[in-house]
Amino acid sequence: MEMAAGHHPIVMEKSPYGIPPGKLAMWCFVISDAVTFSAVLFAYGYLRVGSPDWIAPFQFFPTIVNGLVMTFVLLTSGLTMLAAVEAAKQGRTAAGTRWLWATCALGALFAVLHLLEWRRMLEEGWRLFQNPTGGSVHFGAAFFSVTGLHLLHVIGGVIALAIIAIGFARGKYNRIDVEITGIYWHFVDLVWMFVFPLVYLMNAK
Amino acid sequence: MGKLFGVVLTVITLVSTAIFIFHGNLLWLPVDISAHGHGVDHQLMETMYGSGVLFVASQLLLGLFVWQAAGRKEGWKYKTFPGGAKPMVISAIALVGIEILTLSFVGSRVWAGVYLSPPDPKSLQIDVQAGQFAFYFRYAGADGQFGGLHPDKIDEGSGNFFGLNPRDDVAARDDVVVASLVIPVNRPILLTMHSKDVIHSFYVRELRIHQDIVPGLMIPLHFTATQTGRFEIVCTQLCGLGHYQMKAYLDVKTQDDFDQWLKQQEAAQ
Amino acid sequence: MSEAQAHAEVHHHSPPTSFIGKYVFSVDHKVIGLQYYGLGLLAVIIGMVLSWLMRLHLGWSTLAIPGLEKLSAAGAPGNVMTPEYYLSLMTMHGTIMVFFVLTNVPFAGFGNYFLPIQVGAADMSFPHMNMMSFWVTFTAFLVLMAAFFVPGGPPLSGWTAYAPLSAVGVEAGPGQGTGQTLWAISIAIFCVAQLLGALNFISTTLDLRTKGMSLARLPFSAWAWFITSVIGLLAFAVLLPACILLFLDRVAGTSFFIPSGLVISDKMQAHTGGSPLLWQHLFWFFGHPEVYIAILPAVGIVSHILPVFMRKPLLGPRVLVGCMVAIGFLSYMVWGHHMFVSGMNPFSAILFSVPTLVITIPATIATLLWIGSVYGSRMRFTTAALFCLGFISVFISGGISGFFLAQPSIDTYLHATYFVVAHFHFVMGVAAIFAMFAGTYFWMPKMTGRMMNETLGKVHFWLTFVGVYCIFMPMHYLGLAGNVRRYAAFTDDFLSPLIPVHQFITIAALITGAAQFIFLFNLIWSRLRGPKAPDNPWQATSLEWSTTSPPPFDNFGGRQLVVNHQPYEYGVEGPDGDYIMQTAPEAAKAR
Repeated sequence: MEMAAGHHPIVMEKSPYGIPPGKLAMWCFVISDAVTFSAVLFAYGYLRVGSPDWIAPFQFFPTIVNGLVMTFVLLTSGLTMLAAVEAAKQGRTAAGTRWLWATCALGALFAVLHLLEWRRMLEEGWRLFQNPTGGSVHFGAAFFSVTGLHLLHVIGGVIALAIIAIGFARGKYNRIDVEITGIYWHFVDLVWMFVFPLVYLMNAK
Repeated sequence: MGKLFGVVLTVITLVSTAIFIFHGNLLWLPVDISAHGHGVDHQLMETMYGSGVLFVASQLLLGLFVWQAAGRKEGWKYKTFPGGAKPMVISAIALVGIEILTLSFVGSRVWAGVYLSPPDPKSLQIDVQAGQFAFYFRYAGADGQFGGLHPDKIDEGSGNFFGLNPRDDVAARDDVVVASLVIPVNRPILLTMHSKDVIHSFYVRELRIHQDIVPGLMIPLHFTATQTGRFEIVCTQLCGLGHYQMKAYLDVKTQDDFDQWLKQQEAAQ
Repeated sequence: MSEAQAHAEVHHHSPPTSFIGKYVFSVDHKVIGLQYYGLGLLAVIIGMVLSWLMRLHLGWSTLAIPGLEKLSAAGAPGNVMTPEYYLSLMTMHGTIMVFFVLTNVPFAGFGNYFLPIQVGAADMSFPHMNMMSFWVTFTAFLVLMAAFFVPGGPPLSGWTAYAPLSAVGVEAGPGQGTGQTLWAISIAIFCVAQLLGALNFISTTLDLRTKGMSLARLPFSAWAWFITSVIGLLAFAVLLPACILLFLDRVAGTSFFIPSGLVISDKMQAHTGGSPLLWQHLFWFFGHPEVYIAILPAVGIVSHILPVFMRKPLLGPRVLVGCMVAIGFLSYMVWGHHMFVSGMNPFSAILFSVPTLVITIPATIATLLWIGSVYGSRMRFTTAALFCLGFISVFISGGISGFFLAQPSIDTYLHATYFVVAHFHFVMGVAAIFAMFAGTYFWMPKMTGRMMNETLGKVHFWLTFVGVYCIFMPMHYLGLAGNVRRYAAFTDDFLSPLIPVHQFITIAALITGAAQFIFLFNLIWSRLRGPKAPDNPWQATSLEWSTTSPPPFDNFGGRQLVVNHQPYEYGVEGPDGDYIMQTAPEAAKAR
């Protein structure tokens, strides 16, 4: 029997959660990635507790202020993402596309602020293996690896958002794809809500 | 085929078990020379009996059922095990569960006796350093104080294995450093172990004791030897190309012989 | 139309026509499954040859092995293996076997081929991602193999790569330079591939089941692949950052795993303040679930095949699935049993020991269910059936030794001895491999359309079954005598008398290894010249037997399968014989 591409009604068993495959896969990815971040944060905690020479080096200005701005930016991008998903659900393609681009821009802003902060710290002498204040060298290792892993996820998300925005406007991607991107983006946001208190606030002077 | 399986399995089971039972000196635990050793051996034997019975019973039962399955004729209507899955679940939970509880309970006390109990305050303390690929042992000397350790001062060529600084550190001047662990019999010993490079491990079969030596940590280990003799300390944590050769001797002497030996060593420092 | 259906439609693609599209960059799960299987076959041959080299050296440490110098001039001058090269070969043996054989074949190999078919789908949920998973795995394999050819050779820190030995670099020993770095990169890449694979398995099992294939009607193999992918999703997620941190320690000057004040080869190390135990925690948090990732698909495959040849359903099917779930869940709580004497708080040893012993319970239940199922049956002793029965036997043997090691007080004596080597080889190196053999003999007719030769299969089985007991049972005795593992040679006073036992093991290993070539020959010969296989040569009931051998591109030739029955209706009055296929009309009821 010949297989015509795509036009063959399939009757499936109901998925126990009624979730389409793409969304399910994204949820599974998010859970797995959460475990990865947990492992890195565990390593950070383990070393911090075991380092008697740990000195919290962050001043309120500029580091904590910058961190608060970055947090605000990311949280806002979460709101714009929600708006994008809502617009897509209601079939409002143009509005949805605009909100997607807004999210993308905010994510890019976050990344830029983060990279500027990194540049400032590198100039001060911070390295993965070096601490200019004379405290534990693990500070640099923990800071750059944790925030670096998160930043990688943000940049990946920014790129994905751009691709989805372009495709959604053209009708190549549908509202489910927007939702899937939303799951990822909210996850990145959620991880930051752990990173910011554990890495920034707990290392404030 | 099936009958052959039953036979072969039975032979394998009986031969394996027989070797466990009739093991001779070579393929078995060596003499136990430690105060806590009987607890370990007892635990081992209990587990050996319990699991030995399970091993033999389950393998022979499998062999028997397979033998029977091979002997049946065409048209046989299968029989379900009486009771179905329930007896399996119950016997597993009951048998294994009871064994687990008993062995855990008793075993924890044996373990705690070795690793969680505080050392005897009158222990003879000996400092142990593991490094690629030798053990060195340090005694406090006449002043009863150990000198400080300075890794930057380690110089194997001149025999300063521990990185002592006798010039500035008074306590280090009389420390006795040797390549064998010499101890008096029937006296509590406290080892404080550290590594100068990678993870090593301290294992003496006859003492029924085992402890990894981790760089960055100072790990205490205490025991009492109950027999004199010479025994081998071997490294059991992969530490590099010389791992298989990394060993030292444990010499358990009578108290008098030990005192004499220590005096000689102190004089030689 | 529901969203699930919309997505199912999207994945109907027309068959590829080019050679590259058909056999190289294929999105067809069947081709991908065979690619994984082929990679696993290549890996197991390499791993087995490495084990022969190791065993030869252990039996006769001054032996000149022809050709060894060509492989490594530094590692084997005059064809005699140096101790460091022994450790390098041992490291590669373990790494290749655990990752590229045991995680690959039963899960990615058979799972990729048969999961979509067994649930009644045309392909996996994400065929392109599936293709990527394979090629990423293959890349990881190439990176690992490259370690053989870089200066210094492969790493010597074991597949467990404990820090600081694995983290400090070249000073620690030969192979600890580029070789170890490549190891870390390879394994990190492997983790990514496994993650992608797991996403596909989970999604396919939950979303692509055909009408009537409720979760309760899934075959055991499908359940096992599903549970394994959930475990893998969480376990590999921890190994990945661990390898990244190890990589940073090696090249970026960090000290995650390296404490201060280390003096290696007379050089003071610049690293400070890290913890070797941190590596062990991260590694074993992955490492323990990993061994269940290796064994659960084997459990599922054996449980799936046995009923076919017993012509009766398995005892307690729901209980068995429950056991698999319980084992998967408990596997995350026991990692510390690899670390009883590691220097971690001795109190945690007691805490870890309890769930470790508790895991024995579902494993025992499963074993008793198998044995109880054989009771009262009339078996057809095909090679696949024999390997299933052999699996049960070696699973018992391997499991029993675990019972000893689970207790810290006994581990005090047996840790790092050959008793441990015996234990993990029996469960992983033998039991899981037996399941792979059973799966091969059972499913090869379906995958290739040709029957394998049963006579050769049986010779293979008998030589292997007796052979593995000759190899690994004596290792228990060696362990009880305190024979330390990972030693390149046995020079200690108490070890030299044990060398004759090692020589016996070596000879058994070489003979058993040679017997595997019977299997290889059978595989290739049957593929080329074997008798054609019918659609359902074993009169089995699950969905893979409802289609042709081999299946068409979309698995079922455009048909929509409807499932009306449980997967193990054997020994009943069915329309075609003493069985009822899952797709048989509902009216065909069991007696």
